[in-house]
Parts: sequence; C-alpha cells; structure tokens
Amino acid sequence: MNVPADLRYTDQHEWIRVEGDTGTMGITDFAQHALSDVTYVELPEVDREFAKGDELGAIESCKAAASFYAPLGGKVVEVNESLDDEPGVINTDPYGAGWVCKLALSDASEAGKLMDAKAYEAFCGDEN
Amino acid sequence: MPFIANTDEQRREMLTEIGMTEEDLFASIPSEDRCGELDIPDGLSEQEVRHHMASLAGRNRTDLMSFLGGGFYDHFLPAAADGIVHRSEFYTAYTPYQPELSQGTLQAMYEYQSAMCRLTGMEVSNASMYDGGTAIYEAIMMSLRVTRRNRVVMDETVNPIYRKMIRSYTRNLGIALVEVSHENGQASRSKIADALDDATAALVVQTPNFFGVIDDYTDIAAMAHEKGALLIASVYPISLALLKTPGEMGADIVVGEGQSLGMGMHFGGPYLGFMTTRMKYMRKMPGRIAGRTVDADGRDGFVMTLQAREQHIRREKAMSNICTNQNLCALTALTYLSLLGREGLRDVAQACADRAYYAQDRLLQIRGIRLRYPGHWYFNEFVLELPVRADEVIRRLLQKGVAAGFPLSAYYPDMEMSLLVAVTEKRTKAEIDFFSHVLEVSL
Amino acid sequence: MKLIFDKSVSSRRGPRPVPQEMEMCAVFPAGLLRDKPADLPELSELDVVRHFTELSRKNFGVDNGFYPLGSCTMKYNAKVTERVSAYPGFFYLHPLLPQLPSGQTLVEGALEVLYEMDMLLREICGMAGFTLQPLAGAHGELTGTMIMAAYHRDRGNDRKTTILIPDSAHGTNPASAAIAGFDVKTVPSNADGVMGLDALAAAMNDTIAGVMLTCPNTLGLFNPHVREICRMVHDVDGLMYCDGANLNAMLGVCRPGDIGFDIVHVNLHKTFGTPHGGGGPGSGPVGVVEKLTDFLPISVVRKAADGSFFLDYNLPKSIGYIAPFYGSFGVILKAYAYIRMLGRDGLKRVSQNAVLNANYIREKLKDHYDLPYPQTCMHECVFSASRQLACGVSAMDVAKALIDRGFHPPTVYFPLIVHEALMIEPTETESRETLDAFIDAMIDIARLAEQDPAAITNCPKTTPVGRLDEVQAARKPDLASLGDAKTQ
Repeated sequence: MNVPADLRYTDQHEWIRVEGDTGTMGITDFAQHALSDVTYVELPEVDREFAKGDELGAIESCKAAASFYAPLGGKVVEVNESLDDEPGVINTDPYGAGWVCKLALSDASEAGKLMDAKAYEAFCGDEN
Repeated sequence: MPFIANTDEQRREMLTEIGMTEEDLFASIPSEDRCGELDIPDGLSEQEVRHHMASLAGRNRTDLMSFLGGGFYDHFLPAAADGIVHRSEFYTAYTPYQPELSQGTLQAMYEYQSAMCRLTGMEVSNASMYDGGTAIYEAIMMSLRVTRRNRVVMDETVNPIYRKMIRSYTRNLGIALVEVSHENGQASRSKIADALDDATAALVVQTPNFFGVIDDYTDIAAMAHEKGALLIASVYPISLALLKTPGEMGADIVVGEGQSLGMGMHFGGPYLGFMTTRMKYMRKMPGRIAGRTVDADGRDGFVMTLQAREQHIRREKAMSNICTNQNLCALTALTYLSLLGREGLRDVAQACADRAYYAQDRLLQIRGIRLRYPGHWYFNEFVLELPVRADEVIRRLLQKGVAAGFPLSAYYPDMEMSLLVAVTEKRTKAEIDFFSHVLEVSL
Repeated sequence: MKLIFDKSVSSRRGPRPVPQEMEMCAVFPAGLLRDKPADLPELSELDVVRHFTELSRKNFGVDNGFYPLGSCTMKYNAKVTERVSAYPGFFYLHPLLPQLPSGQTLVEGALEVLYEMDMLLREICGMAGFTLQPLAGAHGELTGTMIMAAYHRDRGNDRKTTILIPDSAHGTNPASAAIAGFDVKTVPSNADGVMGLDALAAAMNDTIAGVMLTCPNTLGLFNPHVREICRMVHDVDGLMYCDGANLNAMLGVCRPGDIGFDIVHVNLHKTFGTPHGGGGPGSGPVGVVEKLTDFLPISVVRKAADGSFFLDYNLPKSIGYIAPFYGSFGVILKAYAYIRMLGRDGLKRVSQNAVLNANYIREKLKDHYDLPYPQTCMHECVFSASRQLACGVSAMDVAKALIDRGFHPPTVYFPLIVHEALMIEPTETESRETLDAFIDAMIDIARLAEQDPAAITNCPKTTPVGRLDEVQAARKPDLASLGDAKTQ
C-alpha cells in the first residue's frame, strides 16, 4: 500500500495536500483498492462551500459505492474533470492524476489535526 | 403431494445418509415458537382448482360493452405477444445476475429501454418500475436528488389515484407538496407560474390529462426550467404514436403507465411503470438498467449496469428501495411495440382517436349533454356533462350491458353530473351507436 | 445477435389489429403531432416471433434446470396457475368497475379471491389482517415501514426516528426504512450468525421505532432469541418487522405472528410459486397484528353480513394509497390457486422438503467448501469459497463453472457477512436426483480448483457470450439504441 509521507489523511480514506491556502484532495490507495475499478466519480460543484466532514461527492465501482467528504472546510475552486472520461486513473494514480478536487481552505492550519502518513498506515492496519 | 418431488422413501434415505431425523430439521425453532395445525382446507386437485377459479372468474362482468378508462384501457392484444411472453425461458427466470445465462432477458431489457426512448423522445430509460403511480413518485425523488430541493408542484389534472399515492409516499419525507387546481380541464398556466418558486424541485403534469385533454407543455417546461425545476410528464404511451412527445416539449423525466402496451387490465395489475430521462440525469435515475458491452473475445453482450445506484450496494443511501423491475411486463410491452411496429402503433392510436371523436359527435347530439371542457383537443377520452347525475346514468346503462364511463364525483366532489368516457380501438361503430342510443333513452 | 431494430425493413407490417371500418374523424393540428413517427421496428409477425424465440434460447429459467439461487426461492411454477390467471373473467376485468355505483356486484369473484387470500395469509402467518396491494417484496417493506411511521405518529410519539437492521439483511431493508423517513442503524450479527441479545441491547433505546428481521435470516438460520428480541423491542414501544422472504422454511411449522412479530411481508413469487418473470412482476402482501390494522393501505376488502364482499375506503388512520388498485392481481390469482392446491398438508410438506433438501446439500458439501456457520440450516445454506480462493478460484469462478455443467449458480457474494459467499437454496420442488447431480458438480469444481484452477477460472465456455466487461459498461454506458429519435 502506497502512503506518501507528504500528505495528510482522514479516517474516511481521503488524502489532502496543503499548499498555502489551497488543499488538493483525493482518495487513498487503500480506498481505491477496496473499491476496485472505479467507474464514475460524482464531483462537487465548483464554488460550493463545505464544512469539514461534509459530503463532497461519491465514487462508484461495479460492486461498491462510497461517499467522500471534505477533509477540511473550504470552497471548491477546481474539480478534476478528466475523471469524467477516465475514472480509472483513480485506480492507477490515486495521488497524482487521480486527484478529485481543490479547496480554498478556510483554515489551512487545521491540516495539522489530520493523520500523517504513519498514523494513517496504522489506522489502515486496524481496518484490515 | 403436488409439486414436491421426493418420495417418502427418498426422504428417509436422505435423512439417513446425512445422519438426521425429521425432528432435527426444525430443531432450531424452539417448541414454544411452533404452531399447531393450520386451519386451511385440504388441497384441491388440478381439476378442482380449475373449476373453482373458473367459477370465480364467471362472477366478474367482463362481458360489458365498456367505455371505462381513467388511465387503464382495454386495447386489443395480438395473440403473438402472449405466445412470446409465455416462453418459459423468459417467465421462469429471475433477475439476470448471471449475464452469460441471461442474454435473452438482458437484450430484451436493452431493446425495451430503446423502444421507450424512441416512443417518448428521450435519451435514456430504465428497465421499468411497478406502475405509473410509483413511477411518478420515483421521478419526484429523482428530481429532489438532481436539484437538492424538496418542494414539488403537481397539477390537478394528473390522475387522482396517482395524486393520492404521491401524498402517501411523500408524507414521511418532509417534502412540501403543492397541488394546483385546473382551469377548464387544463393545467392553469397562471396558477402554475404562481406556484413555482426557487425551492421547487419538480412540476408534475400529465398529457393527455385525466380529463382526456391533450396538452402541449412546451411553455410549462420553460416556466419550470426558469426556476431551476424539472418537468415530470406522465404520458399515455399509445398516444405518443401520434402526439408531440414529452421529449419535444422539453420534459426532463417522462413516466407513465404502460398497461396499454399489451397487458390485460387484470383488475389492477400487474402493470408497468416506465421512466425515461435525459442523458445528463442518467446516474440519478432509479431502477434497474441494462447496458451493452463486450466480452473478452469482443462479442457484444448485455449486463445490468450502473448498479452502484441501487439498494444492494448503497443500502440506506440507495436512490430507491426498488429491487427488481417489472420485467415480464416490460417484455410484454416490447413485444407489443415490435409486433405493431411503427405503422401499426399509429393505426391503433389513430383508431382510438377516431372512434373517440365519432363517439363525442354522437353523444353531443343528445339533448342536454354537453362537453364539460370545450375548446380542447382530446385523444381517446373526454368528459360529458349530463343533465342528470352521472352515477344514475351509469346505473341505468349497466342494466343494458354498457359500462358508460367513470363518474368523476368519485374524485372531484363538485362533478356529480360529469362522466369520463373512454374509447379504444376495440369499440366498433355499431357499439358506439348502441351506447349513444341507450344513453339517450335513459335520460 | 442483432437488435430487433436492426432487423427492421421499411414498410413491412406485423399483425393488423384494427378493423378499418371508420373514416378518420380525428385530424389533429400539426402543432400537437410528433415531428416524425416513433422509430419502432417494421417486421412481420414471424420476424418478431423468431427474434424473441432466439432470445429465449439465450435464457435459463427453472424450466431449463436447477436454479438454486439463494434467498430467491426458485421453485417450479405450476403451469395450471398460468392458465387460471389468464381466464377472461380475470384478465379483462377493469379495475375501476367496483368504483361504479353498485360496482362491487360486477366484480364479486375477484373480491372473493382477494378476501379469501387475505384469510389464507392471515392463517399461514398468524396475523390479524393483510393488504395484498404491495407490488413486490421491497414494496411490501416500504408499506410496512410506512405503517410503523403511521403507528408512532398516531401515538404522538415523534421520538421514534430509527430502525435497527442486522448486517446480514438484504439491501432493500435499509433502503425501504430510509425512504419511509427513518434513520437506519446496523446491528452486527453474533458468532452464530444471528442478531444477539447483547448487540441488540447495546443499540436499543426509546428512539427505536422498530427492528426489521429476516426470519429465518439470510444465512438460513432461525434466530433462537427472536421471541426475546420481540419482547425487548415491544418494551420500548417499537414494532417488529418480519421480512418474510424466507417464509418457505416455516410454512405450517411456525408463524411470525405467534412469535411476536407485528408486521410481515410475504413474497408470493417466492413462497407461493408464482413466476419470477426475469425480475418481476412480484407481489408482496403485508400482514399486521390487530393494533396495526387501522393503518393498512386504502382499500380493504371486507365481507358483509349477507356474505357479499365490498371494498372499504373509509379508513381514516390508513397510510393511504400505495398502489393504484388492489395489488398485482394476476400474480395473486396464481398464488391463491397454488395454496389451494397444496392445502394444509401440502404447505407443511413444502417446508419439510425445502429444509431437508438444503440440509442434504449442506451435509454433502461441507467437506468440500468452508461452512462458516455449520449448524443445521433451514431452507438454504451458505458456503464460503475462501478455501478455493486460496487456489485462485473465487465464488464467481465457481458460479461460472456451474453454468458449464448445466446449473444456474447459487447467489454469490451475499450475505455480505460471509466472505466469498455461495448461498444455495434448492427448494422443495427439486428431487434427490437433481440435488445429487448438483452436488457431484460442486465436488468436481472443488477438486479442479485445487488441481487445475485454470479449468475453472476460464468458464463459462458453453454460453453465447463469455464474461462481459462490466467496468466498461458502467464507465461508458450504452443504454439504448436511439435510432432516429435522438432529441435536441
């Protein structure tokens, strides 16, 4: 399982990369593996505000469906529209081309309260 | 014992082989939970059950010359449709969980979806739902998902039975349901404009409406869209062989009762709810859907698809609790549409309208009878205003073997003199003349 | 195989249903007409019959062979029930006739069927009243949960927000509870595969509107604590819902009403042998105990003092209309005829043979497949293909290998609490010879899974298509052939 050290993680298996006041989020390698081949991603609307933990959208595969939630509060500034045509990149590159959306964070310092890579790996170990 | 294969001897052998006794089989049910002998009659032979059922069937009046419609119609059913649907490879199968063993069902679902899109002028269809009323309810729930709103406006000319169903279903869900009264038997543009607001998820209309009036909802679709609401149109599929489609009007979700597409009236079911919509709402649509794909060798084949919307995956977050479709009824509709074909269905629709207009002409010549809602175009049903109470006229005509129509006071209390008359292609000119005659002398 | 639309030949006609006896009276203005005709096929009757006959040959039904699809009760569908349901006195009966003045006299036979069916189901389930209106099992669940909501509302209890459902439940249970307006809380099963009293107690509080239990449950197990569960739920004024999908196991042996259930739905297409139709139409009548009869949907068939039948629409506490009329009448007729043919003794023989057949399979296969819950089962048994998976053969592979051996596979990957589940329900209409052939096939597959897994994982080879690309189907949906009807 791939868990990059420079990201933060939630207990719902989202990752977020904070750069300044912007956070880029997606779902983790653990989550994409559990879902198997992703067939569709329901993306959030750009410009909508979300509180931390609000449902942003959903990811579907043939056998499963899972909602994903805002790792931190903020406004959606960009979504990965290429997922409409190629949802499978979530499986092949969950931390890169498979990013889901970018949020203008209301408080980027909150990221420190999320799990780091080590904590998330331990968390996934428990889930297994 | 009928329908049970194992003999007593085999039962004993099987039990011995697996080291169990008859008592062991039910040992997990505590004795206090067991019941005594049921008070159910002894079993009937096949001959007896056929006789019994025939005698029950004989006490139902299917011999009447019927002008009864109200959303449920007595159309002619070609024999070939029945033969096809009774192929037991179709009717004794279940949900096509194993696509390799179910290409017949799955391709038929895909063809049904295609036929319903072509008929309604829409882009995507599900594989069917229980009936026309639950289809409206499911369309309303779909509009809530699409718009993230929870207010619904429904026109009063939608079948009153369906409006009652919608009231039951929305009651526990915090949905604000507004019903708009009609104007001269037609959806009131001004009242609908007043009722629509920025919180409205959907507007529900019907054409031909419950009074038989054909309505072009192009203007109403625009009104709904201006407020960000969806237009849900409930339609009578036979009429679409001729009439402007809801797709052409700009409807977002099209639903309806498919009973007229080859199903008997069967005292209320099983019937067929259909639903079609726009491509952009495909993933918000409830219900089973078949899709075309390929196997490893590149051969075309069909599967159930977009299942992540459904209850077996999403459970309490599913788009609907619906589990199956109304598959055999959808197959019936597909075979009916295929047998009649492009021209045959038009013939049926035109014949319904012709006979209904002929009946209207004849009946309106009777002194004291007028059209309750003049100035509209009708398809195969219309409302007569009688000089006496409609239920009294119905009573008198039943004695002549004629079911004259439906008394609207059953659902609209102020319409005691109003009779809803339906005519299908099964009613001959001679029958219409007879109806007109007995109605005239009954007044 | 070509789509029916692709076989169309311009101007070819099928059967001619309408006599041409009347000149055109209805000439609609162009603005009301559709732009171009609906692009339906143009075929001869024989073309159409051949097309669907060919499709039917690509299908597998109970009439083709053994169909042990767990939880679906794929028993034989007696031909005589098709016959009686299609009697013209039923088939052509207009559902609005009883709403005409004195109309109930026009449909006496139909009302008697509905009334008698209500009585039979009451007796079989130990309930005080039934509605036959629900149009499928899931529709019955929704009706039942709506009755729960109406009951608590009637008592002015607005704290009843939550329904408890075990993790082994069918997905329709939580979905139905949710659309009746309830929150759903999942209760984990215990080591014996049933809802335990501790887990229930931990989840129980006075917001619990009710509990939905499948009885016996989806593992084919009868919960020995069910009476105690009912008591605990009743103590907080909750209601007990019995998902009767598995009633086949209990016919004539025990009744949901006697055990303490307040609401039950029955799947006529499972227990009472009406055809599944490739996925509907079904029928899911709902029975309730005395205190809930006022909430049943409108209308209810009653018997008058003079022995005549009538429809009662005056039900002020009712949940209202849930179906347009009286239910899937054509399906109800078949189930009614089936029950009348079985009779009292036959009903009991159904459960005895269904349970024997399931235990026979369980015992004969338990050395070849893992059995996570090894106790005596009722009408179905659930194996796990986890041992085979270690050799690279999944439950789905086992299913596909069964196809090549002439059997419909069992239900796979359900219930969710069993890893690589294979859920086998033989039903009482299958003979020992059929079971033995199936058992031999299963043992052969288990042997090959160890010795030559590729012989299993490349199945099926005997079907018109191989394994289909479901991922592609969902990523790039092709859901209809639109012909020239493409919209703006």
